[in-house]
Formats: sequence, structure tokens, C-alpha cells
Amino acid sequence: MGLGPSQAQRAPDMLESIVHVCLAGLSIGMFIWLVASGLTLIFGVLKVLNFAHGTFYMLGAYLCYWILARMGDNFWLGLILGPLAVCAVGFLIERFFLRHVYHLALPYQLLLTFAFVLIFDDAVKIIWGAGSLGSPTVPGLSGSFPILGRNFPSYSLFIIAVGPLVALAMWAFLERTWWGRIIRASSSDREMAAAIGVRVPALYTSVFVLGTWLGALGGGLAVPYVGLLTPGMGEVIIIDAFVVAVIGGLGSLKGAFFGALIIGLLSSFGTRFIPTFDMFLTFILMAGVLLWRPQGFFGEAK
Amino acid sequence: MRRYAIPLLAFLILAALILTGIFGSRFVVYIAMRVMILGIFALGYNLLLGRTGLLSFGHAAFYAGGAYGAALFFLHVQKHPLLCITAGVALALVLAVIIGFFCVRHTEIYFAMLTLAFGMMVFSLLWNLRDITGGDDGLVGIAREPISLGFASIPLVKPGQYYFLVLVFFLLSLGLVYVIRQSPLGLILAGIRENDKRIEFAGISLKNYRLAAFVISGGFAGLAGALGTLLNSNTTPFSAHWTHSAEPVLVSLIGGLQTFTGPLFGSLVFVVLREIIERYTQNWMLWFGIILLVIIMGFRGGIAGAISELLGRKTPSAVGKEGGRP
Repeated sequence: MGLGPSQAQRAPDMLESIVHVCLAGLSIGMFIWLVASGLTLIFGVLKVLNFAHGTFYMLGAYLCYWILARMGDNFWLGLILGPLAVCAVGFLIERFFLRHVYHLALPYQLLLTFAFVLIFDDAVKIIWGAGSLGSPTVPGLSGSFPILGRNFPSYSLFIIAVGPLVALAMWAFLERTWWGRIIRASSSDREMAAAIGVRVPALYTSVFVLGTWLGALGGGLAVPYVGLLTPGMGEVIIIDAFVVAVIGGLGSLKGAFFGALIIGLLSSFGTRFIPTFDMFLTFILMAGVLLWRPQGFFGEAK
Repeated sequence: MRRYAIPLLAFLILAALILTGIFGSRFVVYIAMRVMILGIFALGYNLLLGRTGLLSFGHAAFYAGGAYGAALFFLHVQKHPLLCITAGVALALVLAVIIGFFCVRHTEIYFAMLTLAFGMMVFSLLWNLRDITGGDDGLVGIAREPISLGFASIPLVKPGQYYFLVLVFFLLSLGLVYVIRQSPLGLILAGIRENDKRIEFAGISLKNYRLAAFVISGGFAGLAGALGTLLNSNTTPFSAHWTHSAEPVLVSLIGGLQTFTGPLFGSLVFVVLREIIERYTQNWMLWFGIILLVIIMGFRGGIAGAISELLGRKTPSAVGKEGGRP
């Protein structure tokens, strides 16, 4: 037994590994937050649960990749232009399709957005092929950063910083600007907002496009992180985003932020310590919240 | 003349199904079986969606329950096909009772999310409990043994033979769903869809009836899963994935919600169209998505609705609750 590590040596090892698992969880959580934020914003105002949101994430990633490969591997250019291009897609979807089903029952709304999942999954396959695309490195963020004696990817740290920045920007936008106030007003009472002269249909379009942009931004930021782009990548993240949106309370941005942190940490600790049940835990948490606190951790009670 | 149109049509379709089994090529027989299995899945599912007005995104869990129940029974207990199917349906029913007990506390979007969560729980177990479920490989080597009746045995190995077992179960399901729809239970379910407050005032427990619809549809999903396992002689964990849960929803919607025959038309279109499109292109989902868009934007009665409009009948109302959302 003399060859094994002593207790004294093992303890800091454990601490290091827990800190690293925490950091990994935070970066996963911030990704889910970026996607869930758009989903939550759209649900909060339009009351439509958008299956196609994962598709916007995927399109954001592919377009970012496509643009950066044509612009001399400039990741930042791809990150700015790619999500903007996806916004055009979001605009067309809301303006010409979604707008006409707000008054219909739930299955029609959900399946309309699902139709776009099918269409764009295949469109991506046609344009970029069914295989996976490799991903580029980001200048300045491709290395790693030593934390407690172990290296942690700099890009993940960058993501951990971007998440709260986006949250802060959204908070400032919704709480402090004129447009944000109108969005909140229409969200709580559509008829009244329309009665006092808000052009609600145009406002809905703008919110949908903003939500689209957030999802696509998440996708663009995922390009260097996930390593590989695949046509089905949106179907995976959309379920995580649903879980987060539900845990935080459907329509609550604050809830989505903390929900994403919880799910990110749960999944990184789960993968580390109980790999067999990490996915199961996520969904049992989702079901538990729906059953005992359907308004979510941060939603208002009905 | 119109009085005899429906029975005549039913007779013709039945004759066509039997003739397909006898004379159809291997490929046609296989496709016909897939249509019928999806038909059973969607027919049962539509009792919940079209009849009761509940949108579940987790019914693939019960399909997988039937599939894995039958497969595990085959591998560990007994190889008799009818017993395997019974075991599959039993497992699906048990799952549906447990999951349904929790899910019927909500309606609308919360119900959809709750069923999604439970469905994905089942998927994660199938995916991760490798020792029992085979993980991502699924369970393989489920053969179709002959059905022994003591004095004789009916072989099922050839697709042309198994076809008739699937046909029998298909017709039984069809009859059962028809009876359920016309029964007091079915009428109460329709009442719940139209106005749940009134039904509650009539002293009827909404939860119990919603649970009944949930469990019945789960049972049909399990039957479809068990038949599908025997057809393909294997199982896959993706049969429990949420994307598979979307299938009966799409099929019901294409065929026409709130109609009896809608899910059957939907299944036929779903399977056959896919085969046709995949002959020419790899991108069947793209075309399917476009069809879905057209139906949602323009033909909300689905195929069954369009047909009865052609026949000059009253179109079934396309939307469950008036005005959609409260």
C-alpha cells in the first residue's frame, strides 16, 4: 500500500477536480442559457414554444463556419455575420407562417415550428453534407489557462464570461429601454397594448427575430467549442433548452439563467460521478419541477 | 347509394389488404406491415390527441416499452410470439399507468412538457442501462417462432406469414378504437376536449378519464412496438426518443385530427410517401416538412377532412378548442 497516494495528497486532487468539474458545468450551462434565453423570450411574449429554436442554433453554427471559412478564417466576422443571416430566416418564418397560427390550438403551433426543424435539418444536409464539419481555432482563445495546477480551455472561460454579459444586456434592454418596456407590456396584456397604440404584430416579429438572433449567436459561439458540427446538433440542444426553460419557469428569463446553471452543473457532475444516470437526473428534475412547482423556480405563481 | 359507400369501401380495402398479403412482393408486404403498425400507434394515440385534446410528446416511451418488453420476454422467458406481444403490451400499460398518473395533473403545454420529460427518462434508461437493454445497439436476434396451438403450429418466419398476424392485430385495434370512440367513455373524452369545465360540473373526474385515455393510447403504442420488434427482429433505443414521439402527432395531423380514419390515411402517406421520395432523393424530411407546412397553413382538416369535403359532407372542425388558446 506504500505506493498509493496518501490521504494528504489526494485531498487537493479532489478539490482541483471539483473546481474543474464546476467550471466545465458553468460553460455548458452558459451555452444552454444562450439558446434558452431566446426560447424563453419568444415564449414569454408570443406564448409559442418554438421547436425550431434548436434549428436556429444549428443554422447559426453552420453559417458562422461558412462565413469564417470564406473570410480568411476570421472567427469574429463569422460570429457577427452568421447570426444576422439567421435573423432573416427567423423574420420570414414569423412574418409568413407563425403569425397565422397564433389563434390555433397548441398542436398546430408546435408542429409548425417542428416542420421547420425537418426542413432545415435536411437543407443543411444538402448544402454542407450529412457528415460532420471540423471546427476552427479562435486566435487568442485557443490555448488553455492554468487553474489550480490543471489546464482549463481559455475558450470555455470566455463562454463563462459571455453568458452573464448577455444576461445583463437583456436585463438592461427589457427593463431600461422604451422598446423593452413595450415588449413587457405586450407580454402581460396583448389587447391592452394594442388598444393604446402598440403595433403588436410588428412587435411580435421583432421579438421573434431577437430570439432567433440569440439562438443563432449560441450556435456561432458553439463552433469552436463543440469540435464538430453535425446536422442534428439542434435537436440535442433544444431539449436541454426546454428543460432549462421549464425549470426556471416558462417565460422567465431570470429563471432560464439560473436553470441553465443548474442543468450545466448537474450534467457535468453527473457525467463525472454517475455517468449512467446523468441524463435521467436532468429529466427527473424537469418532471419534478413541472409536478410540484409548474411555474418554475423563478416564475410567478398563477 | 351513399349509405352503402362506407361499408363497400371498407370491404374493398379489406380485400385489398388480404390480396396484398397473398400476392404482394416481399417489399410491398413489408411496407404494408409498416403502414399497419404505424396505423395502430397513431390510431391509439389519436384517442388522446384528437379525442381528448391532450398533446403528448412522450408516447414513444410506450412504443419502446412494448418493443423492449417483447424482446426481453423473448430473450429471457419464452419465445412464443403471442406471449411476447402480450408481455410487451403489459409493460407498456404499466408504464402508461405510472407516467400517466403524474402527467394528467396538467393540460396543454405543461402536459406536453411533462410527457416529454418522462419519455426522455425512458430513453435515457434504455440508452444507459447497457446490461439489460443493450445500450445504443438495442436488443438483437428476436426471431419469429411459429405460433403453436397444441394440435398445429402456424409459421411466421416469412414476411408473407407474419403479415397476417399484423393484419389481425390491425383489424382488432381498428374495431376496438371504433368501439371506444362510440362508447360512453369515448363521448366523455370528446366532451373533455370541447369543454372540460362542463364535464367536471357533471360530476365526472377529469383526471380519471384523462388517465384512461392516456393508458389506452399507451397500450396501443405498446402493441405497435411489440409488432415492430418482431418485424425487424431487433429494438433500438431511439424508438423512445422524442423525435419518434413526434411521429404519431404528425401522422394524426396529416390524416386529420378528430376523425376516425385520419391516422390511417396519415400512416399510409407517411410510410409510402417516404419510400417514394427516398427513391429519388435522400431528403425526405425536407419534403415532409413542406407537406406539413401546407397542411397546417391550408388544410387543417388533414386528408380525411379534404376527402369528406370532396364527398360533400360537413368538415370536422379542425381546431379542438374554439379560439385555440384561452
